[in-house]
Amino acid sequence: MATKTISKKATTVFSSNGHSNGITNKRVEVLKTYKIYIGGQFPRTESGRYYVAKNKAGQALANACLSSRKDFRDAVNAARSAFGGWSTRAAFNRSQILYRIAEMLEGRKIQFIDELIKQDATPTQAEAEVNTAIDRLIYYAGWCDKYQQLFGTVNPVASSHFNFSVPEPTGVVAIIAPQNNSLIGLVSVIAPVIAGGNTCVVLASETKPLCAITFAEVIHSSDVPSGVINILTGKPTELIKYFADHMDVNATVYCERDETNKKLIQEKAAQNVKRILLYDNIDWNSSEAESPYFISDTQEIKTTWHPIENIGGAKAGY
Amino acid sequence: MIAETLSFSIPDFRLSPRIDQIGVEERASRFTKRSIKTESKINGLKLALNMIDLTTLEGKDTEGKVKQLCYKAQHLHDVYENLPTVAAVCVYPSMVRIAKKALGNSGVKVASVATAFPSGQAPKDVKIRDTKFAVNEGADEVDMVISRGKFLEGDYNFVFDEIAEIKEACGTARLKVILETGELVTYDKVRRASDIAMYAGADFIKTSTGKISPAATMPVTLVMLEAIRDFYYKTGKMIAMKPAGGISKAKLALHYLVMLKETLGEAWMNNEWFRFGASSLANDLLMQLMTQKTGVYQSANYFSID
Repeated sequence: MATKTISKKATTVFSSNGHSNGITNKRVEVLKTYKIYIGGQFPRTESGRYYVAKNKAGQALANACLSSRKDFRDAVNAARSAFGGWSTRAAFNRSQILYRIAEMLEGRKIQFIDELIKQDATPTQAEAEVNTAIDRLIYYAGWCDKYQQLFGTVNPVASSHFNFSVPEPTGVVAIIAPQNNSLIGLVSVIAPVIAGGNTCVVLASETKPLCAITFAEVIHSSDVPSGVINILTGKPTELIKYFADHMDVNATVYCERDETNKKLIQEKAAQNVKRILLYDNIDWNSSEAESPYFISDTQEIKTTWHPIENIGGAKAGY
Repeated sequence: MIAETLSFSIPDFRLSPRIDQIGVEERASRFTKRSIKTESKINGLKLALNMIDLTTLEGKDTEGKVKQLCYKAQHLHDVYENLPTVAAVCVYPSMVRIAKKALGNSGVKVASVATAFPSGQAPKDVKIRDTKFAVNEGADEVDMVISRGKFLEGDYNFVFDEIAEIKEACGTARLKVILETGELVTYDKVRRASDIAMYAGADFIKTSTGKISPAATMPVTLVMLEAIRDFYYKTGKMIAMKPAGGISKAKLALHYLVMLKETLGEAWMNNEWFRFGASSLANDLLMQLMTQKTGVYQSANYFSID
């Protein structure tokens, strides 16, 4: 009698842990720890905080890092140190690396589809979103060594100068990724920024952070130099201020329609006159979300006046 | 001769205390765990700024570079009101006159390396002439290097006598003795070299030239601070400390100040008794000060390079 009670108790305890009973050999699932990505490493947030990402039904999907302003600071430092090397790489090489990200993403398609489904997408939507993300990376890989021709110009001037303008990357871009989807929004805002030779710090979707961190793992194994892309998870409401006012950030990207936040970003960004890019009315799954103009958004135009010799009646050779 | 002028006897340096490597590294790491916030942080940053020996010791140094550095020493970041200046500018002997003139009566001292810096591989008379030249040019402080080769051979008398003679050549200038701890291999030897330097007449003991890696580390500095403390207990004479090289971040500088405070106490917490040999540390301190003042993370683009 006593033995029976004990065994019954044990069963109850196990079943509350999600197992049918304590005797069968059902394997305990190993859940992934979603850590942030800074400077080519996966640290936990320095603050030690976390939040639970849930799906619509309220089911807990994962514990994600609740990044602090200091994580953002560290990420900006990493992005700044990576900028020199990344921006001076041959455009062709940047193209190869973007292509490599797409390849690696293709190889882990199933995992991304699985995560998207967990985060309330239907299987069809999920597969379409992953495919679009891969294609978008290929699209921007192609643009890496071509947008310069498109946006660069040779300018007619009235003096003896060869005058030309070329786009150059602006620097470190702080991005608050689109909040309504997990993967395609993130990829769509990162790809044009790094294709153009910038480095970035990205805050993933707060409610759908899973794909962002898995995408960081893809980046990590895709020849992308450490620090070029840094991905944080956490609350935009807490971090927006810092994304906008950090003096070492050259541009801030915001993709929501929240007017209070837009105003806050505009005011804070004025301190070092950084670029503000508001992509608040874009369907990231559609083709309107890919264009070389997204690259030119984070470029500065440098104009050079190169003196040329103009002897007698001879004309300039250009 | 030196022994006569001092009121204490010279110990047998072979009997200098042995250092517990694990213990000293563990102890040093504890200093990095203190939380220093808001007002204490600002005071700490300003103090660290005031303790800097702003240094340029390169073959490519020019008159212009030294003048620029001297300007920086006096105008660290004019946007920020009432900032202290750095403690000194540290240059090669040939640049002392230029630095002295550029600094005028700003109160910033001129320190000069001497004695065939950084290797110290020159005959004694050359080293003494080098020292006298720097002092005659107007150096307030002389940074000498010890003969590490002789030290490692165990010729402690040679090292001791050399320091004593350079001290004599310095006259009123304060003497910093560089042990170049990166070449001394063990903490035991760092301790022994510190003892030799202090008994031979050093006003400062300094970790490194900055030309050898590793330069200053917290454990090495702790060993030297403890040597200073023991020397003070024995003789009643205060010796100053200068870690140099590799300290480029404000946070690390604050860790050093914590270590200083907890090892030697309040009396050493000023630039007469403690210095940082550094060049890039100043800007990081300034950036942190501005962050504290404005609440906004700063960018290196808005601070002068040298």
